[in-house]
Amino acid sequence: MTVGPTDPGGLGVAAGAGLPAPAASRPEAIKAIPVRHWGRWIGAFVVIYLVAALVYSFVKNQNVEWPVVWDYMFSPVTLKGLALTIELTFVSMLIGGLGGVLLAVMRLSDNYVLSGISWVYIWFFRGTPVYVQIILWANLGVFYPRLYLGIPFAGVVFGSMDSGTLVAHIVVPALLALGLNEAAYAAELVRAGIISVEAGQTEAALSLGMSPTLTMRRIVLPQAMRVIVPTFGNETISMLKTTSLIAAIGGLEMFGRLQQIYAQTFQIIPLLVVACLWYLFLTSVLTVAQGYLEAYFGRGFGEKEAEAAERRAAKRAARVQHV
Amino acid sequence: MSSREHVFSDAAAAAAEAAHGQPMVKAEQVWKSFGKLDVLRGVDFVVQPRETFVLLGPSGGGKSTLLRCINHLEKIDAGRLYVAGELMGYREKGNALHEMKARDVARQRSSIGMVFQRFNLFPHKTAIENVMEAPVMVQHRPKKEAEAEAEELLKRVGLGEKLDVYPAQLSGGQQQRVAIARALAMKPKLMLFDEPTSALDPELVGEVLDVMKQLAVDGMTMVVVTHEMGFAKEVADGVALMDGGVIVEQGPPREVLEHPKEERTKVFLSKVLV
Repeated sequence: MTVGPTDPGGLGVAAGAGLPAPAASRPEAIKAIPVRHWGRWIGAFVVIYLVAALVYSFVKNQNVEWPVVWDYMFSPVTLKGLALTIELTFVSMLIGGLGGVLLAVMRLSDNYVLSGISWVYIWFFRGTPVYVQIILWANLGVFYPRLYLGIPFAGVVFGSMDSGTLVAHIVVPALLALGLNEAAYAAELVRAGIISVEAGQTEAALSLGMSPTLTMRRIVLPQAMRVIVPTFGNETISMLKTTSLIAAIGGLEMFGRLQQIYAQTFQIIPLLVVACLWYLFLTSVLTVAQGYLEAYFGRGFGEKEAEAAERRAAKRAARVQHV
Repeated sequence: MSSREHVFSDAAAAAAEAAHGQPMVKAEQVWKSFGKLDVLRGVDFVVQPRETFVLLGPSGGGKSTLLRCINHLEKIDAGRLYVAGELMGYREKGNALHEMKARDVARQRSSIGMVFQRFNLFPHKTAIENVMEAPVMVQHRPKKEAEAEAEELLKRVGLGEKLDVYPAQLSGGQQQRVAIARALAMKPKLMLFDEPTSALDPELVGEVLDVMKQLAVDGMTMVVVTHEMGFAKEVADGVALMDGGVIVEQGPPREVLEHPKEERTKVFLSKVLV
Protein backbone atom coordinates (compact mmCIF):
# COMPACT_ATOMS: atom_id res chain seq x y z
CA MET A 1 0.00 0.00 0.00
CA THR A 2 1.44 3.34 -1.03
CA VAL A 3 1.00 6.35 1.16
CA GLY A 4 0.07 9.69 -0.35
CA PRO A 5 -2.51 10.77 -2.85
CA THR A 6 -2.63 8.95 -6.17
CA ASP A 7 -4.62 11.63 -7.94
CA PRO A 8 -4.50 15.14 -6.58
CA GLY A 9 -7.23 16.09 -9.07
CA GLY A 10 -8.48 19.63 -9.36
CA LEU A 11 -5.93 21.99 -10.82
CA GLY A 12 -3.46 19.37 -11.90
CA VAL A 13 -0.79 21.37 -10.11
CA ALA A 14 1.92 19.37 -8.38
CA ALA A 15 -0.23 19.35 -5.30
CA GLY A 16 0.66 15.80 -4.34
CA ALA A 17 4.27 16.40 -3.48
CA GLY A 18 3.78 18.61 -0.45
CA LEU A 19 0.69 16.97 1.11
CA PRO A 20 1.17 15.56 4.59
CA ALA A 21 0.66 11.79 4.86
CA PRO A 22 -2.63 10.59 6.42
CA ALA A 23 -2.45 9.12 9.91
CA ALA A 24 -3.46 5.60 8.88
CA SER A 25 -4.03 3.61 5.69
CA ARG A 26 -7.31 4.34 3.92
CA PRO A 27 -10.28 2.20 5.10
CA GLU A 28 -12.49 0.31 2.62
CA ALA A 29 -14.86 2.55 0.63
CA ILE A 30 -18.53 2.50 1.70
CA LYS A 31 -20.76 0.25 -0.46
CA ALA A 32 -24.31 0.87 0.78
CA ILE A 33 -27.49 -0.61 -0.74
CA PRO A 34 -29.50 2.30 -2.19
CA VAL A 35 -33.09 3.00 -1.11
CA ARG A 36 -35.63 1.69 -3.68
CA HIS A 37 -38.07 4.40 -4.73
CA TRP A 38 -41.06 2.26 -5.85
CA GLY A 39 -43.36 5.25 -6.15
CA ARG A 40 -41.00 6.90 -8.66
CA TRP A 41 -40.83 3.77 -10.78
CA ILE A 42 -44.61 3.45 -10.99
CA GLY A 43 -45.02 7.17 -11.67
CA ALA A 44 -42.43 7.07 -14.46
CA PHE A 45 -44.11 4.06 -16.06
CA VAL A 46 -47.55 5.73 -16.08
CA VAL A 47 -46.15 8.91 -17.64
CA ILE A 48 -44.26 7.00 -20.37
CA TYR A 49 -47.41 5.00 -21.15
CA LEU A 50 -49.51 8.14 -21.52
CA VAL A 51 -46.92 9.94 -23.65
CA ALA A 52 -46.63 6.88 -25.92
CA ALA A 53 -50.42 6.85 -26.34
CA LEU A 54 -50.42 10.55 -27.23
CA VAL A 55 -47.63 10.22 -29.80
CA TYR A 56 -49.31 7.16 -31.33
CA SER A 57 -52.65 8.94 -31.64
CA PHE A 58 -50.96 11.90 -33.35
CA VAL A 59 -48.86 9.84 -35.76
CA LYS A 60 -51.81 7.62 -36.69
CA ASN A 61 -54.26 10.53 -36.97
CA GLN A 62 -55.75 10.54 -40.48
CA ASN A 63 -56.49 14.30 -40.21
CA VAL A 64 -52.77 15.10 -40.12
CA GLU A 65 -52.51 13.73 -43.68
CA TRP A 66 -48.85 12.79 -43.47
CA PRO A 67 -48.44 12.38 -47.26
CA VAL A 68 -49.44 16.03 -47.67
CA VAL A 69 -47.01 17.00 -44.91
CA TRP A 70 -44.13 15.27 -46.72
CA ASP A 71 -45.19 16.82 -50.04
CA TYR A 72 -44.96 20.34 -48.70
CA MET A 73 -42.07 19.79 -46.31
CA PHE A 74 -39.42 20.25 -49.03
CA SER A 75 -41.48 21.87 -51.78
CA PRO A 76 -39.92 24.96 -53.43
CA VAL A 77 -42.69 27.18 -52.02
CA THR A 78 -41.89 26.19 -48.45
CA LEU A 79 -38.14 26.41 -48.94
CA LYS A 80 -38.38 29.86 -50.53
CA GLY A 81 -40.46 31.04 -47.58
CA LEU A 82 -38.00 29.38 -45.23
CA ALA A 83 -35.14 31.34 -46.80
CA LEU A 84 -36.97 34.59 -46.15
CA THR A 85 -37.76 33.55 -42.57
CA ILE A 86 -34.09 32.89 -41.91
CA GLU A 87 -33.04 36.12 -43.63
CA LEU A 88 -35.56 38.20 -41.66
CA THR A 89 -34.50 36.58 -38.39
CA PHE A 90 -30.80 37.08 -39.06
CA VAL A 91 -30.98 40.68 -40.28
CA SER A 92 -33.47 41.80 -37.61
CA MET A 93 -31.27 40.32 -34.90
CA LEU A 94 -28.25 42.05 -36.43
CA ILE A 95 -30.06 45.41 -36.42
CA GLY A 96 -31.43 44.63 -32.96
CA GLY A 97 -28.06 43.57 -31.54
CA LEU A 98 -26.04 46.50 -32.89
CA GLY A 99 -28.83 48.94 -32.05
CA GLY A 100 -29.10 47.38 -28.61
CA VAL A 101 -25.41 47.89 -27.84
CA LEU A 102 -25.64 51.50 -29.03
CA LEU A 103 -28.78 52.18 -26.97
CA ALA A 104 -27.33 50.48 -23.88
CA VAL A 105 -24.13 52.53 -24.05
CA MET A 106 -26.22 55.69 -24.58
CA ARG A 107 -28.44 54.76 -21.65
CA LEU A 108 -25.39 54.38 -19.39
CA SER A 109 -23.82 57.60 -20.67
CA ASP A 110 -23.27 60.61 -18.38
CA ASN A 111 -24.82 62.76 -21.09
CA TYR A 112 -28.46 63.31 -20.08
CA VAL A 113 -29.59 63.96 -23.66
CA LEU A 114 -28.18 60.65 -24.90
CA SER A 115 -29.49 58.59 -21.99
CA GLY A 116 -32.84 60.39 -22.24
CA ILE A 117 -33.20 59.61 -25.94
CA SER A 118 -32.34 55.99 -25.28
CA TRP A 119 -34.90 55.87 -22.47
CA VAL A 120 -37.65 57.29 -24.67
CA TYR A 121 -36.76 54.91 -27.53
CA ILE A 122 -36.94 51.88 -25.26
CA TRP A 123 -40.14 53.18 -23.68
CA PHE A 124 -41.81 53.57 -27.08
CA PHE A 125 -40.76 50.33 -28.72
CA ARG A 126 -41.32 48.16 -25.67
CA GLY A 127 -44.61 49.88 -25.02
CA THR A 128 -46.27 49.10 -28.34
CA PRO A 129 -47.04 45.62 -29.72
CA VAL A 130 -44.68 44.51 -32.47
CA TYR A 131 -47.72 43.47 -34.51
CA VAL A 132 -48.96 47.07 -34.47
CA GLN A 133 -45.48 48.34 -35.35
CA ILE A 134 -45.32 46.04 -38.38
CA ILE A 135 -48.60 47.38 -39.74
CA LEU A 136 -47.58 50.95 -38.87
CA TRP A 137 -44.30 50.72 -40.83
CA ALA A 138 -46.12 49.17 -43.78
CA ASN A 139 -48.36 52.24 -43.80
CA LEU A 140 -45.52 54.72 -43.50
CA GLY A 141 -46.63 56.34 -46.75
CA VAL A 142 -49.90 57.44 -45.18
CA PHE A 143 -48.39 59.83 -42.62
CA TYR A 144 -45.07 60.60 -44.36
CA PRO A 145 -45.91 60.43 -48.10
CA ARG A 146 -42.46 61.73 -49.02
CA LEU A 147 -39.12 61.38 -47.25
CA TYR A 148 -36.61 64.23 -47.48
CA LEU A 149 -32.89 64.27 -46.78
CA GLY A 150 -31.74 67.71 -45.72
CA ILE A 151 -31.12 70.04 -42.79
CA PRO A 152 -34.24 70.37 -40.61
CA PHE A 153 -35.58 73.91 -39.95
CA ALA A 154 -33.09 75.35 -42.47
CA GLY A 155 -35.06 74.60 -45.60
CA VAL A 156 -32.09 72.83 -47.17
CA VAL A 157 -33.02 69.66 -49.05
CA PHE A 158 -30.48 67.39 -50.73
CA GLY A 159 -33.00 64.93 -52.12
CA SER A 160 -36.24 63.13 -51.48
CA MET A 161 -38.06 59.92 -52.29
CA ASP A 162 -41.56 58.55 -52.26
CA SER A 163 -41.99 56.58 -49.06
CA GLY A 164 -44.49 54.36 -50.81
CA THR A 165 -41.79 52.91 -53.06
CA LEU A 166 -39.56 52.33 -50.02
CA VAL A 167 -42.07 50.27 -48.05
CA ALA A 168 -43.67 48.64 -51.08
CA HIS A 169 -40.98 46.02 -50.83
CA ILE A 170 -42.37 44.09 -47.85
CA VAL A 171 -38.90 43.28 -46.48
CA VAL A 172 -38.24 46.95 -45.64
CA PRO A 173 -41.12 47.58 -43.20
CA ALA A 174 -40.63 44.06 -41.86
CA LEU A 175 -36.99 44.65 -41.01
CA LEU A 176 -37.70 48.13 -39.65
CA ALA A 177 -40.41 46.84 -37.33
CA LEU A 178 -38.65 43.68 -36.17
CA GLY A 179 -35.14 45.17 -35.97
CA LEU A 180 -36.04 48.43 -34.24
CA ASN A 181 -38.35 46.64 -31.82
CA GLU A 182 -35.65 44.08 -31.02
CA ALA A 183 -33.12 46.87 -30.41
CA ALA A 184 -35.24 48.12 -27.51
CA TYR A 185 -35.26 44.69 -25.84
CA ALA A 186 -31.61 44.01 -26.67
CA ALA A 187 -30.66 47.38 -25.16
CA GLU A 188 -31.97 46.33 -21.78
CA LEU A 189 -30.24 42.97 -21.80
CA VAL A 190 -26.94 44.46 -23.00
CA ARG A 191 -27.24 47.04 -20.22
CA ALA A 192 -27.83 44.24 -17.72
CA GLY A 193 -24.71 42.51 -19.05
CA ILE A 194 -22.60 45.66 -18.83
CA ILE A 195 -23.56 46.49 -15.27
CA SER A 196 -22.92 42.88 -14.26
CA VAL A 197 -19.19 43.40 -14.95
CA GLU A 198 -17.35 44.49 -11.81
CA ALA A 199 -16.32 48.15 -11.62
CA GLY A 200 -12.79 46.95 -10.80
CA GLN A 201 -12.44 45.68 -14.37
CA THR A 202 -12.99 49.16 -15.77
CA GLU A 203 -10.60 50.67 -13.23
CA ALA A 204 -7.90 48.14 -14.05
CA ALA A 205 -8.27 48.83 -17.77
CA LEU A 206 -8.26 52.62 -17.31
CA SER A 207 -5.22 52.44 -15.05
CA LEU A 208 -3.38 50.63 -17.84
CA GLY A 209 -3.98 53.65 -20.06
CA MET A 210 -6.85 52.19 -22.05
CA SER A 211 -9.38 54.75 -23.29
CA PRO A 212 -13.00 54.43 -22.15
CA THR A 213 -13.99 53.18 -25.63
CA LEU A 214 -11.21 50.58 -25.73
CA THR A 215 -12.10 49.50 -22.20
CA MET A 216 -15.71 48.95 -23.23
CA ARG A 217 -14.77 47.05 -26.39
CA ARG A 218 -11.92 44.86 -25.09
CA ILE A 219 -12.70 44.37 -21.39
CA VAL A 220 -16.32 45.10 -20.45
CA LEU A 221 -18.36 43.90 -23.46
CA PRO A 222 -16.59 40.52 -23.84
CA GLN A 223 -17.35 39.80 -20.19
CA ALA A 224 -20.89 41.15 -20.51
CA MET A 225 -21.41 38.67 -23.37
CA ARG A 226 -21.33 35.84 -20.87
CA VAL A 227 -24.52 37.23 -19.38
CA ILE A 228 -25.96 38.45 -22.69
CA VAL A 229 -25.62 35.32 -24.87
CA PRO A 230 -28.17 33.05 -23.14
CA THR A 231 -30.84 35.77 -23.18
CA PHE A 232 -29.96 36.92 -26.68
CA GLY A 233 -30.26 33.31 -27.85
CA ASN A 234 -33.68 33.28 -26.32
CA GLU A 235 -34.53 36.49 -28.19
CA THR A 236 -33.30 34.99 -31.47
CA ILE A 237 -35.52 31.96 -31.07
CA SER A 238 -38.40 34.25 -30.23
CA MET A 239 -37.62 36.38 -33.32
CA LEU A 240 -37.61 33.29 -35.55
CA LYS A 241 -41.25 32.77 -34.66
CA THR A 242 -42.18 36.46 -34.55
CA THR A 243 -41.28 36.72 -38.26
CA SER A 244 -44.53 34.82 -38.90
CA LEU A 245 -46.39 38.05 -38.01
CA ILE A 246 -45.12 39.50 -41.28
CA ALA A 247 -47.90 37.45 -42.91
CA ALA A 248 -50.19 40.25 -41.68
CA ILE A 249 -48.78 42.69 -44.27
CA GLY A 250 -48.60 40.05 -46.99
CA GLY A 251 -45.04 39.02 -46.30
CA LEU A 252 -44.15 35.74 -47.93
CA GLU A 253 -41.96 34.21 -45.28
CA MET A 254 -42.59 30.53 -44.61
CA PHE A 255 -45.76 30.82 -42.57
CA GLY A 256 -47.20 33.46 -44.89
CA ARG A 257 -46.77 31.17 -47.89
CA LEU A 258 -48.23 28.12 -46.15
CA GLN A 259 -51.16 30.24 -44.97
CA GLN A 260 -51.83 31.38 -48.55
CA ILE A 261 -51.86 27.75 -49.68
CA TYR A 262 -54.15 26.38 -47.00
CA ALA A 263 -56.55 29.28 -47.50
CA GLN A 264 -57.20 27.79 -50.93
CA THR A 265 -56.70 24.05 -50.38
CA PHE A 266 -58.05 23.80 -46.82
CA GLN A 267 -55.16 21.46 -45.88
CA ILE A 268 -54.87 23.47 -42.69
CA ILE A 269 -53.63 20.86 -40.25
CA PRO A 270 -50.92 19.26 -42.43
CA LEU A 271 -49.47 22.65 -43.39
CA LEU A 272 -49.46 23.81 -39.78
CA VAL A 273 -47.56 20.60 -38.98
CA VAL A 274 -45.06 21.48 -41.72
CA ALA A 275 -44.58 24.94 -40.19
CA CYS A 276 -44.16 23.49 -36.69
CA LEU A 277 -41.61 20.93 -37.84
CA TRP A 278 -39.48 23.57 -39.58
CA TYR A 279 -39.67 26.00 -36.67
CA LEU A 280 -38.68 23.19 -34.31
CA PHE A 281 -35.76 22.24 -36.54
CA LEU A 282 -34.46 25.83 -36.81
CA THR A 283 -34.88 26.37 -33.07
CA SER A 284 -32.81 23.24 -32.44
CA VAL A 285 -30.04 24.52 -34.72
CA LEU A 286 -30.07 27.87 -32.90
CA THR A 287 -29.92 26.12 -29.53
CA VAL A 288 -26.80 24.23 -30.57
CA ALA A 289 -25.19 27.41 -31.92
CA GLN A 290 -25.99 29.17 -28.66
CA GLY A 291 -24.18 26.41 -26.77
CA TYR A 292 -21.01 27.06 -28.77
CA LEU A 293 -21.27 30.81 -28.25
CA GLU A 294 -21.72 30.35 -24.52
CA ALA A 295 -18.64 28.15 -24.38
CA TYR A 296 -16.64 30.79 -26.27
CA PHE A 297 -17.66 33.73 -24.10
CA GLY A 298 -17.47 31.65 -20.94
CA ARG A 299 -13.75 31.08 -21.47
CA GLY A 300 -11.85 31.45 -18.25
CA PHE A 301 -14.84 30.23 -16.27
CA GLY A 302 -15.17 26.67 -17.54
CA GLU A 303 -14.31 23.35 -16.00
CA LYS A 304 -11.54 21.02 -17.16
CA GLU A 305 -9.35 24.10 -17.27
CA ALA A 306 -6.14 22.26 -16.42
CA GLU A 307 -6.22 20.18 -19.61
CA ALA A 308 -7.26 23.18 -21.69
CA ALA A 309 -4.36 25.21 -20.31
CA GLU A 310 -1.91 22.44 -21.22
CA ARG A 311 -3.32 22.37 -24.76
CA ARG A 312 -2.90 26.12 -25.09
CA ALA A 313 0.63 25.95 -23.73
CA ALA A 314 1.57 23.23 -26.24
CA LYS A 315 0.04 25.24 -29.07
CA ARG A 316 1.98 28.35 -28.15
CA ALA A 317 5.22 26.44 -27.71
CA ALA A 318 4.79 25.08 -31.24
CA ARG A 319 4.11 28.55 -32.58
CA VAL A 320 7.12 30.10 -30.84
CA GLN A 321 9.40 27.42 -32.28
CA HIS A 322 8.23 28.16 -35.81
CA VAL A 323 9.21 31.80 -35.47
CA MET B 1 14.42 35.86 -5.88
CA SER B 2 15.41 35.92 -2.22
CA SER B 3 19.06 36.15 -3.24
CA ARG B 4 18.33 39.77 -4.20
CA GLU B 5 19.99 39.72 -7.58
CA HIS B 6 18.67 42.58 -9.64
CA VAL B 7 15.51 41.32 -11.31
CA PHE B 8 13.76 44.54 -12.29
CA SER B 9 16.67 47.01 -12.31
CA ASP B 10 16.48 47.68 -16.06
CA ALA B 11 12.82 48.64 -15.80
CA ALA B 12 13.44 50.67 -12.67
CA ALA B 13 16.35 52.58 -14.15
CA ALA B 14 14.28 53.63 -17.16
CA ALA B 15 11.50 54.63 -14.77
CA ALA B 16 13.72 56.87 -12.67
CA GLU B 17 15.02 58.62 -15.82
CA ALA B 18 11.48 59.55 -16.79
CA ALA B 19 11.18 62.11 -14.00
CA HIS B 20 13.81 64.39 -15.64
CA GLY B 21 15.15 65.57 -12.32
CA GLN B 22 11.69 66.39 -10.95
CA PRO B 23 10.11 64.62 -7.98
CA MET B 24 8.21 61.56 -9.19
CA VAL B 25 5.10 62.49 -7.20
CA LYS B 26 4.33 65.88 -5.72
CA ALA B 27 1.07 66.52 -3.92
CA GLU B 28 0.25 70.09 -2.88
CA GLN B 29 -2.74 70.70 -0.63
CA VAL B 30 -4.84 67.98 -2.24
CA TRP B 31 -8.53 68.07 -1.27
CA LYS B 32 -11.17 65.57 -2.31
CA SER B 33 -14.76 65.12 -1.21
CA PHE B 34 -17.48 62.60 -1.95
CA GLY B 35 -20.68 64.59 -1.62
CA LYS B 36 -20.48 66.38 1.70
CA LEU B 37 -17.77 64.12 3.09
CA ASP B 38 -14.23 65.52 2.83
CA VAL B 39 -12.05 62.45 2.31
CA LEU B 40 -8.79 64.32 1.71
CA ARG B 41 -8.24 67.62 3.51
CA GLY B 42 -5.06 69.22 2.28
CA VAL B 43 -2.47 66.51 1.70
CA ASP B 44 1.16 67.40 0.95
CA PHE B 45 3.90 64.93 0.16
CA VAL B 46 6.78 64.33 -2.22
CA VAL B 47 8.19 61.07 -3.55
CA GLN B 48 11.56 61.21 -5.28
CA PRO B 49 12.54 58.83 -8.10
CA ARG B 50 13.64 55.38 -6.86
CA GLU B 51 11.90 55.92 -3.53
CA THR B 52 9.29 53.68 -1.92
CA PHE B 53 6.68 55.67 -0.08
CA VAL B 54 4.31 53.78 2.24
CA LEU B 55 0.94 55.12 3.33
CA LEU B 56 -0.26 53.74 6.66
CA GLY B 57 -3.31 54.40 8.75
CA PRO B 58 -6.76 53.23 9.75
CA SER B 59 -9.45 52.34 7.21
CA GLY B 60 -11.37 55.34 5.97
CA GLY B 61 -8.40 57.61 6.53
CA GLY B 62 -8.14 58.47 2.83
CA LYS B 63 -5.11 56.35 1.83
CA SER B 64 -6.76 54.53 -1.08
CA THR B 65 -8.50 57.68 -2.28
CA LEU B 66 -5.18 59.52 -2.32
CA LEU B 67 -3.63 56.70 -4.35
CA ARG B 68 -6.50 56.77 -6.84
CA CYS B 69 -6.11 60.54 -7.18
CA ILE B 70 -2.49 60.10 -8.23
CA ASN B 71 -3.50 58.37 -11.49
CA HIS B 72 -6.67 60.45 -11.78
CA LEU B 73 -9.12 57.58 -11.24
CA GLU B 74 -10.59 60.17 -8.87
CA LYS B 75 -10.65 63.89 -9.65
CA ILE B 76 -9.27 66.15 -6.95
CA ASP B 77 -11.31 69.18 -5.87
CA ALA B 78 -8.49 71.48 -4.82
CA GLY B 79 -4.70 71.58 -4.77
CA ARG B 80 -2.29 70.20 -7.34
CA LEU B 81 -0.96 66.72 -8.06
CA TYR B 82 2.10 66.27 -10.24
CA VAL B 83 3.64 63.07 -11.54
CA ALA B 84 7.14 63.50 -12.97
CA GLY B 85 6.50 67.23 -13.14
CA GLU B 86 3.28 66.85 -15.13
CA LEU B 87 -0.01 68.08 -13.66
CA MET B 88 -2.41 65.11 -13.51
CA GLY B 89 -5.72 65.39 -15.34
CA TYR B 90 -5.55 69.12 -16.07
CA ARG B 91 -3.71 71.51 -18.32
CA GLU B 92 -2.68 74.88 -16.95
CA LYS B 93 -3.16 77.66 -19.50
CA GLY B 94 -2.63 81.17 -18.26
CA ASN B 95 -4.59 81.36 -15.06
CA ALA B 96 -7.18 78.73 -15.95
CA LEU B 97 -7.20 74.96 -15.53
CA HIS B 98 -8.58 72.97 -18.44
CA GLU B 99 -9.85 69.44 -18.01
CA MET B 100 -7.91 66.97 -20.10
CA LYS B 101 -9.57 64.88 -22.79
CA ALA B 102 -10.06 61.20 -22.01
CA ARG B 103 -7.31 60.37 -24.51
CA ASP B 104 -4.75 62.56 -22.73
CA VAL B 105 -5.70 61.24 -19.30
CA ALA B 106 -5.24 57.73 -20.70
CA ARG B 107 -1.78 58.69 -21.97
CA GLN B 108 -0.84 59.95 -18.50
CA ARG B 109 -2.16 56.81 -16.84
CA SER B 110 -0.33 54.51 -19.25
CA SER B 111 2.97 55.35 -17.55
CA ILE B 112 1.65 54.75 -14.03
CA GLY B 113 1.16 51.13 -13.01
CA MET B 114 -1.52 50.25 -10.48
CA VAL B 115 -2.06 47.09 -8.46
CA PHE B 116 -5.39 46.58 -6.71
CA GLN B 117 -6.49 44.87 -3.52
CA ARG B 118 -8.86 42.61 -5.50
CA PHE B 119 -6.29 41.95 -8.30
CA ASN B 120 -8.83 42.85 -11.02
CA LEU B 121 -7.26 40.55 -13.59
CA PHE B 122 -9.28 40.21 -16.78
CA PRO B 123 -11.02 36.86 -16.22
CA HIS B 124 -11.60 36.19 -19.93
CA LYS B 125 -7.90 36.39 -20.74
CA THR B 126 -5.09 34.02 -19.81
CA ALA B 127 -2.20 35.19 -17.65
CA ILE B 128 -0.02 36.08 -20.64
CA GLU B 129 -2.95 37.73 -22.47
CA ASN B 130 -3.57 39.86 -19.38
CA VAL B 131 0.03 41.05 -19.49
CA MET B 132 0.06 41.61 -23.28
CA GLU B 133 -3.26 43.43 -23.54
CA ALA B 134 -2.18 47.00 -22.83
CA PRO B 135 1.21 46.93 -24.62
CA VAL B 136 -0.53 45.67 -27.78
CA MET B 137 -3.77 47.68 -27.60
CA VAL B 138 -2.48 50.92 -26.04
CA GLN B 139 1.17 51.15 -27.10
CA HIS B 140 0.52 49.35 -30.41
CA ARG B 141 3.61 47.21 -29.99
CA PRO B 142 4.05 44.16 -32.25
CA LYS B 143 2.26 41.16 -30.80
CA LYS B 144 5.28 38.85 -30.93
CA GLU B 145 7.48 41.34 -29.13
CA ALA B 146 4.83 41.97 -26.47
CA GLU B 147 4.32 38.24 -26.03
CA ALA B 148 8.03 37.58 -25.54
CA GLU B 149 8.24 40.39 -23.00
CA ALA B 150 5.12 39.23 -21.18
CA GLU B 151 6.59 35.75 -20.91
CA GLU B 152 9.83 37.20 -19.54
CA LEU B 153 7.96 39.31 -16.97
CA LEU B 154 5.83 36.39 -15.82
CA LYS B 155 9.00 34.34 -15.39
CA ARG B 156 10.50 37.10 -13.27
CA VAL B 157 7.52 37.08 -10.91
CA GLY B 158 7.85 33.28 -10.72
CA LEU B 159 4.96 32.31 -12.97
CA GLY B 160 6.77 30.90 -16.02
CA GLU B 161 4.67 27.75 -15.70
CA LYS B 162 1.33 29.56 -15.65
CA LEU B 163 1.38 31.55 -18.90
CA ASP B 164 -1.69 29.94 -20.46
CA VAL B 165 -3.83 29.63 -17.37
CA TYR B 166 -6.95 31.72 -16.77
CA PRO B 167 -7.06 33.82 -13.57
CA ALA B 168 -9.79 31.65 -12.04
CA GLN B 169 -7.29 28.77 -11.93
CA LEU B 170 -4.67 30.77 -10.04
CA SER B 171 -4.33 31.30 -6.30
CA GLY B 172 -4.70 34.83 -4.93
CA GLY B 173 -0.95 35.27 -4.60
CA GLN B 174 -0.39 34.10 -8.17
CA GLN B 175 -3.13 36.40 -9.45
CA GLN B 176 -1.58 39.35 -7.69
CA ARG B 177 1.82 38.56 -9.20
CA VAL B 178 0.24 38.44 -12.67
CA ALA B 179 -1.33 41.82 -11.87
CA ILE B 180 2.10 43.23 -10.98
CA ALA B 181 3.55 41.84 -14.22
CA ARG B 182 0.62 43.34 -16.13
CA ALA B 183 1.37 46.78 -14.68
CA LEU B 184 5.12 46.44 -15.31
CA ALA B 185 4.51 45.49 -18.96
CA MET B 186 3.64 49.12 -19.69
CA LYS B 187 7.14 50.11 -18.51
CA PRO B 188 5.70 52.52 -15.93
CA LYS B 189 7.71 55.26 -14.28
CA LEU B 190 5.70 54.87 -11.09
CA MET B 191 3.93 51.95 -9.44
CA LEU B 192 0.90 52.35 -7.15
CA PHE B 193 -0.11 49.51 -4.82
CA ASP B 194 -3.53 49.64 -3.15
CA GLU B 195 -3.45 47.18 -0.23
CA PRO B 196 -2.00 44.48 -2.51
CA THR B 197 -1.90 41.79 0.17
CA SER B 198 -5.09 42.51 2.10
CA ALA B 199 -7.22 40.01 0.15
CA LEU B 200 -4.68 37.18 0.40
CA ASP B 201 -4.48 34.12 2.62
CA PRO B 202 -1.76 34.72 5.21
CA GLU B 203 0.36 31.99 3.62
CA LEU B 204 0.38 33.78 0.25
CA VAL B 205 1.26 37.28 1.45
CA GLY B 206 4.98 36.54 1.40
CA GLU B 207 5.22 35.69 -2.29
CA VAL B 208 3.65 39.03 -3.29
CA LEU B 209 5.72 41.04 -0.79
CA ASP B 210 8.85 39.34 -2.16
CA VAL B 211 8.14 40.66 -5.65
CA MET B 212 7.41 44.14 -4.28
CA LYS B 213 10.57 44.17 -2.17
CA GLN B 214 12.59 43.17 -5.20
CA LEU B 215 11.04 46.02 -7.18
CA ALA B 216 11.84 48.47 -4.38
CA VAL B 217 15.41 47.25 -4.04
CA ASP B 218 15.92 47.49 -7.79
CA GLY B 219 14.93 51.14 -7.66
CA MET B 220 11.35 51.31 -8.91
CA THR B 221 9.47 54.33 -7.59
CA MET B 222 6.50 53.07 -5.61
CA VAL B 223 3.63 54.41 -3.54
CA VAL B 224 2.21 51.64 -1.39
CA VAL B 225 -0.91 51.56 0.76
CA THR B 226 -0.50 48.63 3.12
CA HIS B 227 -0.92 47.28 6.61
CA GLU B 228 2.32 45.28 6.35
CA MET B 229 4.51 47.00 8.92
CA GLY B 230 7.41 44.69 8.17
CA PHE B 231 7.41 45.83 4.55
CA ALA B 232 7.33 49.49 5.60
CA LYS B 233 10.23 49.03 8.00
CA GLU B 234 12.34 47.00 5.63
CA VAL B 235 12.05 48.80 2.30
CA ALA B 236 10.28 52.16 2.68
CA ASP B 237 12.26 55.34 2.20
CA GLY B 238 9.39 57.37 3.55
CA VAL B 239 6.21 56.54 5.44
CA ALA B 240 3.16 58.65 6.15
CA LEU B 241 0.37 58.04 8.62
CA MET B 242 -2.99 59.18 7.31
CA ASP B 243 -6.10 59.69 9.37
CA GLY B 244 -9.18 61.82 8.82
CA GLY B 245 -8.02 62.89 5.38
CA VAL B 246 -4.72 64.42 6.45
CA ILE B 247 -1.18 63.16 6.84
CA VAL B 248 -0.69 63.11 10.60
CA GLU B 249 3.03 62.43 10.50
CA GLN B 250 5.56 61.59 7.81
CA GLY B 251 9.25 60.88 7.58
CA PRO B 252 11.77 58.06 7.34
CA PRO B 253 10.41 54.78 8.71
CA ARG B 254 12.91 54.66 11.52
CA GLU B 255 11.63 57.97 12.88
CA VAL B 256 7.93 57.56 12.30
CA LEU B 257 7.62 53.90 13.22
CA GLU B 258 10.10 53.75 16.09
CA HIS B 259 10.06 57.26 17.54
CA PRO B 260 6.69 58.73 16.59
CA LYS B 261 6.10 62.31 17.67
CA GLU B 262 2.34 62.50 17.25
CA GLU B 263 -0.03 60.93 19.74
CA ARG B 264 -2.27 59.62 16.90
CA THR B 265 0.70 57.76 15.38
CA LYS B 266 1.58 56.22 18.73
CA VAL B 267 -1.99 55.00 19.26
CA PHE B 268 -2.16 53.54 15.75
CA LEU B 269 1.21 51.80 16.03
CA SER B 270 0.39 50.39 19.45
CA LYS B 271 -2.65 48.73 17.93
CA VAL B 272 -0.88 47.33 14.87
CA LEU B 273 2.45 46.29 16.32
CA VAL B 274 1.33 43.77 18.88
